[in-house]
Amino acid sequence: MTQDPILEVRNISRSFGKFQALTDVSLSIQTGRLCALIGPNGAGKTTFYNVVSGRYRPTTGKVFFKGREVGGLPSHRLVSMGLLRSFQITNIFPALTVLENVLVPLLVHHGMSFSCLKSIRKQGELAEEADRILGRVGLRGVSDHVVSTLAYGDKRLIEIAIVLARRPTLVLLDEPTAGMNPEETDRMIHLIKDLSEHSDTTFFITEHDMKVVFSVAERIFVLNQGCLLAEGTPEEIRNNPDVKHAYLGGSLDAPGQ
Amino acid sequence: MKILPRFPLIPGLVLFGALISAPFILSIYWVMILTEILTMGLFAMSFNLLFGYTGLLSFGQAGFFGAGAYCAVLTLLHGPASLWAALAAGFLGAALLALPIGWLCVRRDEIYFAILTLGFGMMLFTVAHNWRSVTGGSDGLGNFTLPKLDLFGWSISLFNPRHFYFLVLLIAAAGALLLLRVVRSPFGLLLRGTRENSNRVSFVGANVRSVRLFAFVVSGALAGLAGALFALFNRIASPEMLHWAFSGKAVLMTILGGSGVFLGPAVGAAIFFVLEHSITAYTTNWMIFLGMILIVLVLVFPKGVLGSAVDFIDRFRKGGGR
Repeated sequence: MTQDPILEVRNISRSFGKFQALTDVSLSIQTGRLCALIGPNGAGKTTFYNVVSGRYRPTTGKVFFKGREVGGLPSHRLVSMGLLRSFQITNIFPALTVLENVLVPLLVHHGMSFSCLKSIRKQGELAEEADRILGRVGLRGVSDHVVSTLAYGDKRLIEIAIVLARRPTLVLLDEPTAGMNPEETDRMIHLIKDLSEHSDTTFFITEHDMKVVFSVAERIFVLNQGCLLAEGTPEEIRNNPDVKHAYLGGSLDAPGQ
Repeated sequence: MKILPRFPLIPGLVLFGALISAPFILSIYWVMILTEILTMGLFAMSFNLLFGYTGLLSFGQAGFFGAGAYCAVLTLLHGPASLWAALAAGFLGAALLALPIGWLCVRRDEIYFAILTLGFGMMLFTVAHNWRSVTGGSDGLGNFTLPKLDLFGWSISLFNPRHFYFLVLLIAAAGALLLLRVVRSPFGLLLRGTRENSNRVSFVGANVRSVRLFAFVVSGALAGLAGALFALFNRIASPEMLHWAFSGKAVLMTILGGSGVFLGPAVGAAIFFVLEHSITAYTTNWMIFLGMILIVLVLVFPKGVLGSAVDFIDRFRKGGGR
């Protein structure tokens, strides 16, 4: 495992009019280490993701991905460099089949975006690759189902499959278990842990559910009111008095209510 | 693991066979209506590449249809007396025009895209209407001699409407096959992805604007080809062909036939013209009746006539008519 950070954020601030959503946040993520970003509602977690993934420009500060400054690059360029993300609200292609949902990122990945005179039916290698990815997330059995007819938990897995199809080096997952029942949550946690251990992809997640965070993360960052409050191992975070205070004295062991 | 269902080849061939044999059965009057249906069908299908497949509602499609018409006629008036050159000019001229207009329009989507295309459509109409020295103004541009068609050494006169019909059938079929190839290609899948969720498409690394622009140019080129056919058939290119009301026809035909089915817009064109010609035989107030019939059709078949028919057949096959 290399010691170079895959993602480094230096003194990032972002404001919307007078509202300061992020204030001078700096952090870095080591390659291969599963990290989590937590914080109360409105702490700025999603804004942070939007800045890192190219959706918003930082007002001030710099973002480095694989050592290159990327602040302000459009999201499709960041994706081509290997930085992918999921969204808090499931972001997939509802009227397409499960297979087609994975084919869209695959054909972009293989530079076939503008290939308009070939038949998609004859792209056997693409279909095989899609099949492997669907197998990885456990959706092989429903590949010809239209996505909008699937259960909620399966839809969230499709988004993971879409992200994996681009062979990412860094994946930002925005509350991957939000809205899931306990069974679906377990399945998702297991998948993320498994992917993090057995692939070259580094995962960085935000999460509401403390049980999830403490069971998967190797390193945790805590945001509060747009500022980085603490960072450390799960043990350090669990015992940090500032963090406890930010969560209104609530026990961090309890699952999110 | 199959990526797309196979295209229904046998119904397609049956339809093509029927269209080839139609002029031997129908009267000249109906052959000419069928010619119009094929031309407008190609126009509506070009519109549907943007609307049904890409999710962009264009109200300026007639601008490219009309541009194709003027390019074809101008070629015959000032250039080589060749039908192929006129058709190529219609196709390429419209594509060339669609490039800068599309470049600006694809910066927005949804209603904003519709308004931008409407704006450009109005500008193009005014250019055609007022630039008298080139376009002939409100009289339109006619007075050209229709050259003979050179086809593998044959020279065929097109003054016989049945001959002209075969030319239109050939070009419309070629245009439809090109569109079919495009919508069933990797790019076609990316278009449907963009329609479903353009945000996700850009977050898998595609440049949504370029994707939409490419669709816009292909769509404009095919509209231009249809416009060239229309002008050659009617022996005139006129400003009305660029009017936004003409764009509205493509929208109407597509909704009528079904935007979710490949041939839906062409079926919509057929229904539209057959209704128009049957009703005008009885009353001059045909718009009232046409409007009533359209309202009923849209309420009863929200997915369009062909869309609903295909749905019905699918359900019948799967569930034994549940």
